[in-house]
Amino acid sequence: MLQRDVQQMKNNFENISGSQAVLKALVAEGVKTIFGYPGGAIMPIYDALYDYQKIINHVLVRHEQGAIHAAQGFARVSGKTGVVFATSGPGATNLITGLADALIDSTPIVCITGQVFAHLLGTDAFQEADVLNITTPVTKWNYQITDANEIPFILSKAFFIAKSGRPGPVVIDITKNAQLQFFDFEGYKICEHIRSYLPKPNIRKEFIEEAAKLINASKQPFVVFGQGVILGNAEKEFLHFIEKSGIPAAWTILGMGAIPTNHKLAMGMLGMHGNYAPNVLTNKCDVLIAIGMRFDDRVTGRLDKYAKQAKIIHLDIDPAEIDKNVKSDVPVWGDCKITLPLLTELIKKKSYPDWYKQFDDCRKLEEAKCIQPDINPTGKILTMGEVVNTINELTKGEAIIVTDVGQHQMVACRYAKLNNTRSNITSGGLGTMGFALPAAIGAKFGAPKKEVIALIGDGGIQMTIQELGTIMQSKPNIKIIILNNNFLGMVRQWQELFHQKRYSFVNIESPNYVQVAKGYGIAGAKISKRSELKPAIKKILASKKSYLLEVMVRKENNVFPMVPQGKGVSEIVLSKKEI
Amino acid sequence: MSKQEYTITIYTENHIGLLTRIATIFSRRKINIESFNTSPSEIESVFRFTIVINTTEEFVKKLCRQIERQVEVLRAYYNTNEEIIWQEMALYKVPTKIIAETVKVERLLREYGAKVVVIRTDFTIFEVTGHREETEKFIKVLEQYNLIEFVRSARIAIIKASEGFHKKLKEFESSEHGEKQFENKFLTSKEKIFTM
Repeated sequence: MLQRDVQQMKNNFENISGSQAVLKALVAEGVKTIFGYPGGAIMPIYDALYDYQKIINHVLVRHEQGAIHAAQGFARVSGKTGVVFATSGPGATNLITGLADALIDSTPIVCITGQVFAHLLGTDAFQEADVLNITTPVTKWNYQITDANEIPFILSKAFFIAKSGRPGPVVIDITKNAQLQFFDFEGYKICEHIRSYLPKPNIRKEFIEEAAKLINASKQPFVVFGQGVILGNAEKEFLHFIEKSGIPAAWTILGMGAIPTNHKLAMGMLGMHGNYAPNVLTNKCDVLIAIGMRFDDRVTGRLDKYAKQAKIIHLDIDPAEIDKNVKSDVPVWGDCKITLPLLTELIKKKSYPDWYKQFDDCRKLEEAKCIQPDINPTGKILTMGEVVNTINELTKGEAIIVTDVGQHQMVACRYAKLNNTRSNITSGGLGTMGFALPAAIGAKFGAPKKEVIALIGDGGIQMTIQELGTIMQSKPNIKIIILNNNFLGMVRQWQELFHQKRYSFVNIESPNYVQVAKGYGIAGAKISKRSELKPAIKKILASKKSYLLEVMVRKENNVFPMVPQGKGVSEIVLSKKEI
Repeated sequence: MSKQEYTITIYTENHIGLLTRIATIFSRRKINIESFNTSPSEIESVFRFTIVINTTEEFVKKLCRQIERQVEVLRAYYNTNEEIIWQEMALYKVPTKIIAETVKVERLLREYGAKVVVIRTDFTIFEVTGHREETEKFIKVLEQYNLIEFVRSARIAIIKASEGFHKKLKEFESSEHGEKQFENKFLTSKEKIFTM
């Protein structure tokens, strides 16, 4: 070996600490934002972070749950991997809800948690929790590093696994000794392949041909799509597919926004509180094409009454999803970014005027019975629907709408107009109350140029209200709208409909939110009159800083239409009387 | 669909925590595991799990997909009893005195395919390797002679149609894996190819 080569090799070996390697890995992965909270067992990493403040923006949250929800919001709007730092023990256990949420909603997250010294593992040491085992069922992958030499390789693996295929959360637990240990760092190599891990299943063309044959012969085809379209960055391919095929399409809650909500083939939201037409006509179509969605029970209602008349084509990247809940006739495994164009090529250009008319008739019925009373109410008191409608009017569908969980979430997702993909951020699968405030903070960091509006109920806001402190300190410009009905509305609705109005502990009281916001240095206002609504929303949108608006809305309003639990999708009802 | 015994064979990487991951797939769905074995495979560094459950084909197929979804799992297969050769091993401890005095040991060994592992003055240990019925039958016999202890191992199984895992692993190791698009060569064997 030449003297020069030897020298070069020596130069390539850097003796650095595990913590420094963590930061180098993050930089190599292009991480610019971290949400976290320091603590004893992760202090060496925070010490290394001190030198990276110019390259990496660390957002100090007020609770680790806030950190992971913020990372989720960040990931969902940006398509990048959200990164979280938390300490051992309670720091790590506080992440669990967010991990479960990110797993079920397929959000790429890498959580780096500190852990006690390796020699203390299993001794019930201070702030020791068995993070690996606790997080196993709620992570796509997890690993505990006890030796600094593992750091570069494991972190590259973590980022690859989190982001590739069907994305998901990954936890890397690093013992304090590994963070402190010095080792020869040979550089960071981005992971591109793991032999036991197949992110994208092989595409089998015969199934695509079979699917095309079914679609071409169909008289009433119907597309139901989910977040897979967004996660696969396949919005264009999807639009091309429905526009050529002329097939009406409806979205799951997480698929919303993948195509503009005002597209002529957009038929609205599926599911329990989705639109009337897509639910009813699911049981009328002859071919149901499911794309990047997983037939959640909130979407299907009773399975034995779900699309029994239809041939089912299911496109999904995760083979475990195909045939899991609804048996498919043609399974199309693969990344829909690749499979959709292959399918589009084989289908005929078509239009289905009679079929569209059926959608339109259903829509008109819903419009008269549910939508108009919601968005143009005659009563004195404001409704959630008209708040969302006013937001639509003023943002023209350009804002990112972050919602919490419950009635306001359903109302927002039913009425919000969105022009852009990655504009609807909500906790879909897990239904995590308290998600919206931190997720909105993260969303703003992920899309700084966008208007971020968080719609939150009076229940959800109180679950993570401490994150107002994060807004105070890190100053993202987000608009918080609390839709206050003085109730845990969705539970109250069910108690009204199915429990003889026995309102058991749903009458939640609220603090003075405007005062609370003020305490955090955030401007706020409270309104309850219709005349105040538009000016107030105009004002918050014009604000250069975060703003909290509390809107008092009708107390006992119900969200309709509704597919009552245990009923089939076509048994959807438009009012209480029909239950 | 009726329930029957299925043997799941899983090829995996050697990874701490994988056992928990696989176990939770079963426990989360309230599935009773009849037998669970881990062992090395024909390939160094690749592990082999053999799990026996009683369920329907539809269910075991879904389970295998959930198992294959785990990052460290290379492949999961499921087979009916007809498709595999399997064995379980059982050990029996009996008092030597009784055995020596009252039993025709030779007949016992021949009839039940048993082996003697240890003979001590205080006890004798027999071993039977075979199917469950065979090992169970032998319990019945030895119960008459003051059976002190009984233990049976998990099932280990060889899939009759398997060509081993070397070829498959080569496929997995190639970095283009997953980008491939197949032409119409599977259409006639749809069921068969319906695993990764």
